[in-house]
Amino acid sequence: MLKIWSMVRFTSASGQKKKKVTAAQLRVQKDLSELSLGTTMRTEFPNPDDILNFTLTIEPDEGMYKDGCFHFSFAINQNFPHDPPKVKCLEKIYHPNIDLEGNVCLNILREDWKPVLNLNAVIVGLQFLFLEPNASDPLNKEAAEDLRANRDAFKRNVRKSMAGDSVRGESYQRVLK
Amino acid sequence: MSEMNGVTTSRQRWKYLDRVLSRPGPFTDEDWVPGEEVISFLESAKVLVIGAGGLGCEILKNLALSGFKDIHVIDMDTIDVSNLNRQFLFRQSDVGKPKAEVAARFVERRVKGVKITPYCGRIQDKDEDYYMQFNMIICGLDSIEARRWINAMLVGMVDMENPESMKPLIDGGTEGFKGQARVILPTMTSCFECQLDMHAPRAAVPLCTLATIPRQPQHCIEWAHIIAWEEERKGDILDNDDPEHITWLYQKALARAKEFNISGVTYSLTQGVVKNIIPAIASTNAIIAASCCNEAFKIATNTNPYLGVPETANYMMYSGDDSIYTYTFEHQRKEDCPVCGNLAKDLEINARWTLQEFIDSLAERAEAQLKKPTLRTEKSSLYYQSPPALEEATRPNLRKKLFDLVSDGEEIAVSDPAFQIDFKFRLLFRDK
Ligand SMILES: [Zn+2]
Repeated sequence: MLKIWSMVRFTSASGQKKKKVTAAQLRVQKDLSELSLGTTMRTEFPNPDDILNFTLTIEPDEGMYKDGCFHFSFAINQNFPHDPPKVKCLEKIYHPNIDLEGNVCLNILREDWKPVLNLNAVIVGLQFLFLEPNASDPLNKEAAEDLRANRDAFKRNVRKSMAGDSVRGESYQRVLK
Repeated sequence: MSEMNGVTTSRQRWKYLDRVLSRPGPFTDEDWVPGEEVISFLESAKVLVIGAGGLGCEILKNLALSGFKDIHVIDMDTIDVSNLNRQFLFRQSDVGKPKAEVAARFVERRVKGVKITPYCGRIQDKDEDYYMQFNMIICGLDSIEARRWINAMLVGMVDMENPESMKPLIDGGTEGFKGQARVILPTMTSCFECQLDMHAPRAAVPLCTLATIPRQPQHCIEWAHIIAWEEERKGDILDNDDPEHITWLYQKALARAKEFNISGVTYSLTQGVVKNIIPAIASTNAIIAASCCNEAFKIATNTNPYLGVPETANYMMYSGDDSIYTYTFEHQRKEDCPVCGNLAKDLEINARWTLQEFIDSLAERAEAQLKKPTLRTEKSSLYYQSPPALEEATRPNLRKKLFDLVSDGEEIAVSDPAFQIDFKFRLLFRDK
């Protein structure tokens, strides 16, 4: 044991009682600095000191969800980036890949998550869900069948739901700007 | 054999161990002095074992039988009936009792003269002063998060004035027939965070499969766990150890399995899926624990070269999936490791500077030249260049004095888009 200590050579000073910035915080800080939000997205931090919890707002400027305003909560734990962020849609919307509870079916949020992916990849993925809703990964089965059967009819239902009307007996939240 | 107060004073029991400890072997260093001093160091070395589960039981037993006499153990769990098949320090009558306590008493009863001090709780309950008392730490954990925590703690504890503040970390892990043993010398060799990519994230099934086309009993359980619970018991926090909660999930999963004609949903499978229990193989635990304890013994006594000597192999992977395969290699340190790659540098500052003045001074520092820095402490966001919402929220800090934002000796992390790595500084107030 004494031998091992004689080998200790230090590259730098360290050692202190105060709390240190955690590896998860450091990584999120880096990811936030690389976020490209463009004109259709913005973030909100209920507590600016806590960068692990925030809301992302997406306002698509094209596609069938154009002019909607959608909020997603991001909850990141201390095991990030080993664990993916937990993302939920805060509105009840009519979308094949988002269920009525706000769960989102996006591969990189679950089965395809890798620690090398960053928050930007996640927000790009979310944005894409509004441009290209995907009938083959259904979380809202009715919406997926609707999209598969008749794209135009689906589009009309999307607009109805966004205005706060019911679709197939289910009422949706008004999300138009 | 003479006995005093029930303690065996003779070294008869350690006869075989003493053959290694009291004479040089083919691999001992030339200047190694066998005998008395080595034995007394081994007996007085204070070793911490984290985890008293499958690996922990093996590790505690092995350490005690290798001549260590001052062992501490931390575990937050209580004994479950399903542990009894391999966690051999526990008996039926121990179910419900804390693992650390029961394991400690069992080994103390069987190996006279060994003192085992249990702590039933979380590793995060303890501070630097607690970890500083040990000579080395051995982990037998199944949680990545706990390993990352202890690794960061040990790296942060290293103090250049005091070599003994460098605590070797020996980590064992198993998953079914596979496992690994590694030795980390904090700040000197590749740390757990450097090696994070050795652990694949938990395999997950696409959410839409769970929601629409479940094919396996596990899919029905995950569906109950992730979707049904949220829908029907919103606000209730799921407790994996609450039998009522598991029963609820089990019944939901069973009903769903019926609907899709899937068989195999049972209560214990539900428990396994929800708690992410990987089938534990008792012998894999024994192999990995044995390897960890041999390294601990060699580090403490220098009887033989050990895993983890700088610039040599520090990682042993074992696979019993397809016959037997082991591979020992050196996992390299990562320059940009967020834990050991950029240790905090001391930086003297004038606490009466505003944050803006401090940021300007960073741009002038030769080693940094940070032009667009983003800064934070553990508890607060000092200044963020982006995204816009954070920039706006933290902008008022630029006019505040440093003493209002940080305390003397506090660590800040600075990132800048121009640099791949982050910088850490420990701010020391120049004139107090
Ligand atoms: Zn590292």
